[in-house]
Amino acid sequence: MEKEVKYIIEVEDMTVAYNVKPVLWDIDLKIPKGVLMAIIGPNGAGKSTLIKAMLDLIKPVSGNVSFNGKSYKEERKHIGYVPQSESVDWDFPASVLDVVLMGRYGKLGWFKRPKEEDRKKSLEALEKVDMGEFVDRQISELSGGQQQRVFLARALVQEADIYFMDEPFKGVDAKTEVAIMNILKDLKNQGKTVIVVHHDLQTVEHYFDWVTLLNTQLIVSGPVKEVYTEENLNKAYRSKGKILRR
Amino acid sequence: MDIFTLIFTDYTLRIVSIGSMLLGIIAGILGSFAVVRKESLLGDAISHAALPGIAVVYLITQTKNTEVLLFGALLSGVLATFLILSIEKYSRIKFDSSLALVLSVFFGAGMVLLTYIQKMPDANQAGLESFIYGQASTLLKRDINLMLIVGGILVFLIVLFWKEFKLISFDSQYAEILGFSSKKITILLSTMIVISIVIGLQSVGVILMSAMLTAPAVAARQWTNKLSKMVVLSGFFGGISGIIGTLISSMVSNLPTGPTIVLTISIIVILSLAFAPNRGLVWKRIKEKESRRNIDKNQLLFNIYELALNHENIYHSHSIDTIKPDTNRDRESTNILIGRLSGLEDDGLIKRDYFDHWHITEDGISYVENNLLKEGY
Ligand SMILES: Nc1ncnc2c1ncn2[C@@H]1O[C@H](COP(=O)(O)OP(=O)(O)O)[C@@H](O)[C@H]1O
Ligand SMILES: [Mg+2]
Repeated sequence: MEKEVKYIIEVEDMTVAYNVKPVLWDIDLKIPKGVLMAIIGPNGAGKSTLIKAMLDLIKPVSGNVSFNGKSYKEERKHIGYVPQSESVDWDFPASVLDVVLMGRYGKLGWFKRPKEEDRKKSLEALEKVDMGEFVDRQISELSGGQQQRVFLARALVQEADIYFMDEPFKGVDAKTEVAIMNILKDLKNQGKTVIVVHHDLQTVEHYFDWVTLLNTQLIVSGPVKEVYTEENLNKAYRSKGKILRR
Repeated sequence: MDIFTLIFTDYTLRIVSIGSMLLGIIAGILGSFAVVRKESLLGDAISHAALPGIAVVYLITQTKNTEVLLFGALLSGVLATFLILSIEKYSRIKFDSSLALVLSVFFGAGMVLLTYIQKMPDANQAGLESFIYGQASTLLKRDINLMLIVGGILVFLIVLFWKEFKLISFDSQYAEILGFSSKKITILLSTMIVISIVIGLQSVGVILMSAMLTAPAVAARQWTNKLSKMVVLSGFFGGISGIIGTLISSMVSNLPTGPTIVLTISIIVILSLAFAPNRGLVWKRIKEKESRRNIDKNQLLFNIYELALNHENIYHSHSIDTIKPDTNRDRESTNILIGRLSGLEDDGLIKRDYFDHWHITEDGISYVENNLLKEGY
């Protein structure tokens, strides 16, 4: 008999379009609890759009998403997000700590100001992402990799159970990539579900245990060992050549 | 009579200065949010768009009561904002085009209506055109009271919603994720910005008002990296330009108040762009020069380090032509180079062997490995 899998996220028949162009087309996706999952696909495949639609940031034309069987709104407190770092203006007048503190705002709710405890947690998160020295640094003076780590720290202080991250490895050096990866593995070991848009095909097998291949339509989703094959990659990238270097 | 006695004795001048100061403070504070949200142009469109509102309300009510006219300005300002945002959302027209479209249509309509009003056979007609360039001398005590009340409410709301305003200004999608309605907060903040514009129309006019909104904030941004300080400083710059502009225009005949206030804040902006530490142009220039000098020195040291690694004996010395190959080196640059190398020797990082031959020291190696390599050499 097949082992019963508990799915924490279920996407049903999701279609998203900008104007008339479908960007995601009839996506059905089930993600089990506690996986470290990569979303893979060529540029413009709709990876960011998929995450945003799941997080209710974009209204799909049709379809719905449930978290633990509940709607996004009901489960919002348990969901963390690391957007692409280009999505904001880094010349905004704020320090690194200011930005990380924003991760606590959701727990605080309307009107309440961050307290000492929130500061403490933010500082801890910054230590964790190895940005302890940059607490008071103005955010316009950060490198791309440092920006990514600030956003990661901001998501960590949300203390969520499910994390969505859009290309957290973009623009980071090798050392930072290892550091971020260790944090993601940590999250997984704590039983959290982590979903990462990833662009480096060669590292998928080392980093992740679950993978979704996407190109407007869902190509395949499942355990890396089973579904991360040359054949499926060729489908996703609409190519014939050899993609993986093994 | 000097200017200070004048303020204390001349009732009108006192009212006008206080009024201009208040409008400067309010515009400066709210303008900070327009600037960090990159919505300065929206402010420009809104202030131009206020004109037809004033004219229409006058046509309906036939009063020149400021509160009533400004209420009309508020309505058409809000309507314009709503239109601009909807056009962007529901059509393929881009944000800047929809701004330009709404600005010119509303302002054009306003001008047509004003011309029509001026031609009406009615004695009670003149004066509305003062809203185009503003006429601070028409400020009354009750206008000041209105500004105080409205300004007080705006400041109270900013303090109350501080965290939320900061969050949506930096990252509105993330605000949604955290459960704050970006839409509601944006509507509140935009309405407050429109109100701050409307408050200044009487003195500064629809054409220059957006400068009062943007300029103090741009100047303030130069001096600080903290939003809270920026907002306070921006209010201060706005207020001080209001007073100074009013006083200057009162001393020179035929100098209109509104434009003089805007000129004053413009001078503050220019000084800030040039001289503010860190972000100012002059400061940046100095920093650049300094860093070029340092990079040179570091680069030299690094070259010597690399050369050392190529030899069994790391203390093997090299001539300046090996250290820094350069086919068209003249006397002067050779002297500079030797000066730099001597500087490095004074720091104990390299040592001179014999005439113009140099090698690295132990301190030099550890400096390169602990500092330069980490900086990405
Ligand atoms: N706001 C938008 N308006 C119109 N088209 C968009 C918008 N955002 C993304 N797209 C288009 O949708 C497609 C998918 O984008 P995206 O989800 O960002 O892809 P990915 O993250 O996989 O690179 C692309 O073709 C992109 O051009
Ligand atoms: Mg993307």
